[in-house]
Amino acid sequence: MKFWPSIGRLRWGWFLLGAAVMLLWPVFFDTHTPTILLVWALFALSLGLMWGYAGLLSFGHTAYFGLGAYVYAISVVNIGESTVPLLLAILIPAIVAAIIGAMMFYGRISDVYMGVITLVVSLILFKFMSATAGDQYAIGDARLGGFNGIPGFAVLNVPGLPDVSLFGVPMYYVAAVALLGCYLISRWLLARSFGRVLVGIRENEARCELLGYSVPAYKTAIFSISAAMAGLAGCLFANWAEIVTPSVFSLRSAAEVIIWVIVGGLGTLVGPILGAIVLGMLKLLLSEQTVIDNSLILGFILVVVVLAIPRGVVPALQGWFGKRTRIRTQRAVHVRARRRVAAPAPGRTS
Amino acid sequence: MSEAVVETIELTKRFGGVTAVDRVNFRLGERELRCLIGPNGAGKSTFFKCLTGQYPLDHGSGRILIRGNDVGGLRPHHIVRMGVGIKTQVPSVMNGLTVMENLWLAARRTHGWDRCGSEVQRVVDEVGLGDIARRTVGELAHGQRQMVEIGIVLAQEPWLVLLDEPAAGITGAEVERLVNLIGQINKTASVIVVDHDMEFVRMLGADITVFYQGAVLTEGHVDDVLADARVREVYIGNRA
Ligand SMILES: Nc1ncnc2c1ncn2[C@@H]1O[C@H](COP(=O)(O)OP(=O)(O)OP(=O)(O)O)[C@@H](O)[C@H]1O
Ligand SMILES: [Mg+2]
Repeated sequence: MKFWPSIGRLRWGWFLLGAAVMLLWPVFFDTHTPTILLVWALFALSLGLMWGYAGLLSFGHTAYFGLGAYVYAISVVNIGESTVPLLLAILIPAIVAAIIGAMMFYGRISDVYMGVITLVVSLILFKFMSATAGDQYAIGDARLGGFNGIPGFAVLNVPGLPDVSLFGVPMYYVAAVALLGCYLISRWLLARSFGRVLVGIRENEARCELLGYSVPAYKTAIFSISAAMAGLAGCLFANWAEIVTPSVFSLRSAAEVIIWVIVGGLGTLVGPILGAIVLGMLKLLLSEQTVIDNSLILGFILVVVVLAIPRGVVPALQGWFGKRTRIRTQRAVHVRARRRVAAPAPGRTS
Repeated sequence: MSEAVVETIELTKRFGGVTAVDRVNFRLGERELRCLIGPNGAGKSTFFKCLTGQYPLDHGSGRILIRGNDVGGLRPHHIVRMGVGIKTQVPSVMNGLTVMENLWLAARRTHGWDRCGSEVQRVVDEVGLGDIARRTVGELAHGQRQMVEIGIVLAQEPWLVLLDEPAAGITGAEVERLVNLIGQINKTASVIVVDHDMEFVRMLGADITVFYQGAVLTEGHVDDVLADARVREVYIGNRA
């Protein structure tokens, strides 16, 4: 069985189309806003992979996004060249998630407690980072800066060439390549036994255990992989914003990414990406006006989607297109069958 | 005496004040087929769940040996990896996936990636799931889900098979197919079948162990056991 309908597969045509649009965009348009939209999309992808396929909801995925941002800022201030800080910004969130995940999953806590613990972790980081205003809170040369955060660190450079900064359009390309790369990695994981077992665990954990799979090991692994992607997104966010403040851990952003994933569609990879891009853009547009509070509108959209299309926008569209093509092919078959009946059999004359 | 496939020694499981399994000494030989019967609440399912590690053993509450290995304290995934397959009383399948996907996950644990496809096909043919192979399991009727779960157990290629009420929701000619299938499984594996349906148990024609209030009431050949006055009393007393 090369193909599992319940997981779906990489559609090269759509992928190449999306990649082409993303890569050609800077030729025609400004890249400042699109860069952050791609970063948010990557963040949503990281949550969508774990939640949609393994059924694990992290209420505080900002913990790993924020860790990625802080780890990058702190280590680039100390090191200067950005290659190692970039790798650390992926690795450290992954390790932290592996530790927290192992404690949760081998400890066999229920889903509700998992939600609580992940949320508490990001709240603790938020509180802690907000309270680091004094001079004594420094890691090497990097002062944590409390609520004001860490400003003015070096942005990514071409690996090995500290003087060549990836700023502006090159930064956009870094974000685009990161998103496309993580998408391909996710698809690859899902096409392997690993991804299939994850889906099995989402559907029936007890049964997977009775088939001989070590459920906690699988959950810990996907949690860590997801945190690595979130950390990368956080690192890119730090580069885009050129400042890291405790707000990267905020409850508000933790809720936002969950909404992007739900609205875009759980159980798909494209859904979270599109959800983040569309709702992220909406958020930016709304923040330019002061008539209506924009979290009100985001909340409204969430309620409408959950009530009207509970599966999310992308799965609903897929279902709709799927049905239409099925009906069309069925109709074609019927028409052909009818023609065959209507046509006189060859050789017979009336 | 040859080594037992399963042996329990003074196995006991308590839930608060309820003793669900009470000092059970049970022994199953190589390639043996055994039926486990007993009224509702007799502790049959609990006994199974102790064997597979779904209920952890409390300290000092007996031992479980599977092919001579003490499995007390092992997690279910370790026990089933030894070669144990279980169909639980309430069908435990992956409802959101297709029949073939369910079977694939079962086959993958014991087979390489390349062999899973043919293994799934073998089980589909053997259990007769051809018509529903591409359907989502959650849409199927109870009886069909039972057959899917038996297929899942088969795909694991276990040498010890535990079937908890496999005939529930299965009717008519299907029952006969199920009896043949269990016979087929029994060619390569030791099998324990829990069921209420006396007609079904008779068709299996195996030795019977009767559970009553957590303990073994009696054990023996199907005809002797079903003729036993105590067994009748236990059943009729509870059915009334
Ligand atoms: N998880 C549990 N917690 C508390 N009590 C339990 C639990 N599981 C089973 N019991 C109790 O243990 C006893 C045995 O239950 P069990 O399900 O093993 O019986 P059974 O023989 O399988 O019955 P049935 O034929 O109805 O399936 C019952 O009294 C039941 O209430
Ligand atoms: Mg039972």
